[in-house]
Amino acid sequence: MLVLVVVHGLTAVAAPVLVRWLGRQALYLCSLAPFAALGWGLAQTGRVDQGGAVTETYRWVDRLGLQIDLRLVTISWLMVLLVGGVGGLVLVYSVRYFPAGQDGLGRYAGVFVAFAGAMFGLVVSDNLLLLYVFWELTTVFSYLLIAQDPTRRSSRRSAMQALLVTTLGGLAMLGGFVLLGESAGTYRWSQIAEQPPSGPHLAAALTLVLLGALSKSAIFPFSFWLPAAMAAPTPVSAYLHAAAMVKAGVFLVALLGATVGGDQPWRPLLLTTGLITMLLGGWAALRQHDLKLLLAYGTVSQLGFLVAVFGGGTANSALAGAALLLAHALFKSTLFLVVGIIDVSTGTRDLRELTGLARRTPVLAVVAGLAAASMAGLPPFAGFVGKEAAFAAFLHGTGTADLVVLTVIAIGSTLTVAYTLRFLSGAFADKPGVPEVALREPATDWLVGPAILAVAGLGVGAAAAPLDTVLTPYSDTFPAVGSAYHLAVWHGFSGPLGLSVLVLLAGYALYRVGAPSGARLPFDGAAAYRRVMSGVDRLAVELTGATQRGSLPSYLGVILLVLVAGLGGILIGAVPWPENARAWDTSLQPVVGAGIVVAAVTAVRALRRLTAMILVGVSGYGVAVLFVLHGAPDLALTQFLVETATIAMMVLVLRRLPEKFSERPIRTSRVGRIALGVAVGVVAAAMTYVAVGGREAVPLSDAFPGEAVSFGGGKNIVNVILVDIRAWDTMGEISVLVVAATGVASLIFRRSAALARRRGVPVPADQPVTPGWLSAGAGGQSVILEVVTRLVFHTIVLFSIFLLFSGHNAPGGGFAGGLVAGLALAIRYLAGGPDELTAAAPVDAGWVLGAGLFVSVGTGVLAMFAGAQVLQSAVVDVHLPVLGEVHLVTSIFFDIGVYLVVVGLILDILRSLGAEIDRQGVPAP
Amino acid sequence: MSPNLTYVVVVGVLVAAGVTLLLERSLTRVLMGIVLLANGVNVSILAGGRFGGAPIVGTTPDGEMSDPLPQAMILTAIVITLGITAFLLALAYRSWRLVGNDEVQDDVEDRRIVTLAEQDAGPGGDEESDEDSDDEGTTGP
Repeated sequence: MLVLVVVHGLTAVAAPVLVRWLGRQALYLCSLAPFAALGWGLAQTGRVDQGGAVTETYRWVDRLGLQIDLRLVTISWLMVLLVGGVGGLVLVYSVRYFPAGQDGLGRYAGVFVAFAGAMFGLVVSDNLLLLYVFWELTTVFSYLLIAQDPTRRSSRRSAMQALLVTTLGGLAMLGGFVLLGESAGTYRWSQIAEQPPSGPHLAAALTLVLLGALSKSAIFPFSFWLPAAMAAPTPVSAYLHAAAMVKAGVFLVALLGATVGGDQPWRPLLLTTGLITMLLGGWAALRQHDLKLLLAYGTVSQLGFLVAVFGGGTANSALAGAALLLAHALFKSTLFLVVGIIDVSTGTRDLRELTGLARRTPVLAVVAGLAAASMAGLPPFAGFVGKEAAFAAFLHGTGTADLVVLTVIAIGSTLTVAYTLRFLSGAFADKPGVPEVALREPATDWLVGPAILAVAGLGVGAAAAPLDTVLTPYSDTFPAVGSAYHLAVWHGFSGPLGLSVLVLLAGYALYRVGAPSGARLPFDGAAAYRRVMSGVDRLAVELTGATQRGSLPSYLGVILLVLVAGLGGILIGAVPWPENARAWDTSLQPVVGAGIVVAAVTAVRALRRLTAMILVGVSGYGVAVLFVLHGAPDLALTQFLVETATIAMMVLVLRRLPEKFSERPIRTSRVGRIALGVAVGVVAAAMTYVAVGGREAVPLSDAFPGEAVSFGGGKNIVNVILVDIRAWDTMGEISVLVVAATGVASLIFRRSAALARRRGVPVPADQPVTPGWLSAGAGGQSVILEVVTRLVFHTIVLFSIFLLFSGHNAPGGGFAGGLVAGLALAIRYLAGGPDELTAAAPVDAGWVLGAGLFVSVGTGVLAMFAGAQVLQSAVVDVHLPVLGEVHLVTSIFFDIGVYLVVVGLILDILRSLGAEIDRQGVPAP
Repeated sequence: MSPNLTYVVVVGVLVAAGVTLLLERSLTRVLMGIVLLANGVNVSILAGGRFGGAPIVGTTPDGEMSDPLPQAMILTAIVITLGITAFLLALAYRSWRLVGNDEVQDDVEDRRIVTLAEQDAGPGGDEESDEDSDDEGTTGP
């Protein structure tokens, strides 16, 4: 069985390619997959007609109890025949339905076959979870099939509606399955059925499962999605909405009913909703003018009928249900296919416009007549056999409830007869006064599919006795009530026969009278659906509108308020405050601290950009001095360099921006900002105080000095931490730098020509790169500055390399070295402009960044290949001829990568914020 | 460990000044706010480590070294702040080129939704509008 599912899957994947090669003829090939399922099903007849089962089991997700348990029993055998047979015939029919070269035909074929495969899987699943998987697959594929024409809004909307309704039901069903499976300890239905479940959860579980089944089968109050789904191409309706998908719910009811049919609320729920649906659907069908919609409402009505009959829960009603299931699939898919032919041949489906088709397309009329006769329940068709059985099942019942059911079924069948006549006469009869529509004679081979299905309906009726034999093992799993009934066309003169005659006469009378126009259904599920959907939309708007205000300051404000309230609350309430504070470590600290404080506060009040920038820079240098005092030379070095680089960058940009900040006049918001700022500052200070004071554990780094020397091969512990102990952090950090540099470049360079400039290639080319050594830059630069810069440039770069290599044992390292080299480039740029920069670094910043990242990552990966951990470093002492003993630590290569990334970052910034901004000049205001 | 009150005050002032600037709309001020905030947080981390001599083996005896671990963290933070600064500067410049100032604008789409919420309206768009037109084949007459 799994093989067949896989065959369907492969065919579905191949279908688009096949359609591209062979055009619509490829659908013939595709139909082989469902036909294979049909053939396999027929071959298994001998194994299931005695009540046996065909089983397969494959392991899948053990922890979820999800296995691929496949099991073919009588009822699933029946469904396999329908799914395979109707599916194959509809695909063959589709070859003629779609015009040659139809857009999306490959997609259609693929999704159709995939749907057939999912449906096959669904009916042979024994594991409830697996069944759910296939169940939702059919939902998804049906969504794609209904929305076959995605350019039409009605298509999209009805597809979405069908998807939402059936998925909602499916989720409820999953809940029910889990309740069932967890209380039974297994998800295999055949095992659950052996020890029928009981207990308090059962009613809830069954209600949930039925919610899924009823929504899938378009039972009241979920009926509305099925008529809307008629936006689908007609072959899709013929398959999904007559034979396959809507039958999934009925199938589930039929499968589970044998075991849980006696438990609450199974029977009352099914009978009530089924009968209501039968009446409402039949009534609505009488009022339709669109043939396809007439059939759709008729299907709703019949599905209600089926659900009610299976819900009856006796052996006789189950037998009737199975027969009706088969009959309905055969006649309803035929009629849908006939409507498709009428639609394509005449261009309309409106029964008020069609006239004389019986004369003009006699074969089509005969095919439709055969199917309609089965639908109305004329002997000896399958529909008659099934309906007789249903009448008998409830006629010979015991309680008054059965009589009520019987009455409603009879009324529903009367409606069926009436809308069948409405369909036939509307589609085919001569109507005086109606002009004949143009007709393209349908090709004969187009009729093959519907004709086979229609004749099958006749054949099933004639072969009622063998059918009875095959189906009895299924119905025998239900409790027998009264004497056993057997399917047959002729039972002699009996109660059901009389009822059938009565129904036919009443139906004809109802057809003659016609449904009163203007009568509307009392309740339409579609309205509720729309109300719910627009309610969800409204809720989303309100929620989004309330939380997503679109203003950066207000977002930040909320975040910071939470910080103040949360942390502030904890600080005040829950922590002990340390009392061992000291004012300072060295008396220089408060002096520097005071400088920082003054600079920061003044920076906030500054009105000019440049002033603010310089003050921020001053506070930054102050922090660097704090680092020096604290005993952190590496930090201080880096901080000094970074502050300098930051100031250089800011000058580059701020020279373009207006001199003063644009001041906002609103005083209250400024007071609010300051208040929030002070509050956050107080909390941060208190946090520092409490956290530092509360520190009791021995610092992790106490062991670092020894480890740094023995494992890291370096004496500068901070550097060893960066390139060895916590190298992963550094790796992440340089990645961030590369990303930031890329972001800067893409914000400034927007066109491809501009990207060439990022590589240092001057565009346009008529501005030659300044030739020769020590030649002056063009424009108003200072010649002296430029010359001096060129003279010291190499020295600075050399110093940066010294910092890089000495960093392992003394202050320095990749960051500091890279920053120094970057500053050297910045000086060259400031002195001589973009040409000087290109002369100093004739490479694309992107290459430098990439090379840096590559070297760093490569070092780590090499360590891995060498059998060590990623980024582990090794110490190598080698003797070189000139240099003597060289103490080499492999992490130096990692640091070289860092160095390159930092240089690349600054080069990128200079090219972007410097050269490109210069080139773009001042825009017109 | 005993907290150093100088650090505590510096942290408080830097964070307060940083946040105040951060809440402004001018991107240049936001940027300076971030720089101040980052410095404040760095000092806060520094305060958590032991005070002492440079953590270089051979220069300072093991017991007298300042704690190197917070220093490595701060070093990383400093350089990342540099990257962020560059990025924000580019943003400010771009904003200035496009709209003539460097102020953070409210998100237009978000404002539209806020307006919709105030009008008690739905989101509109594809699935909501015009129930009646273009309904071919989905509902009865």
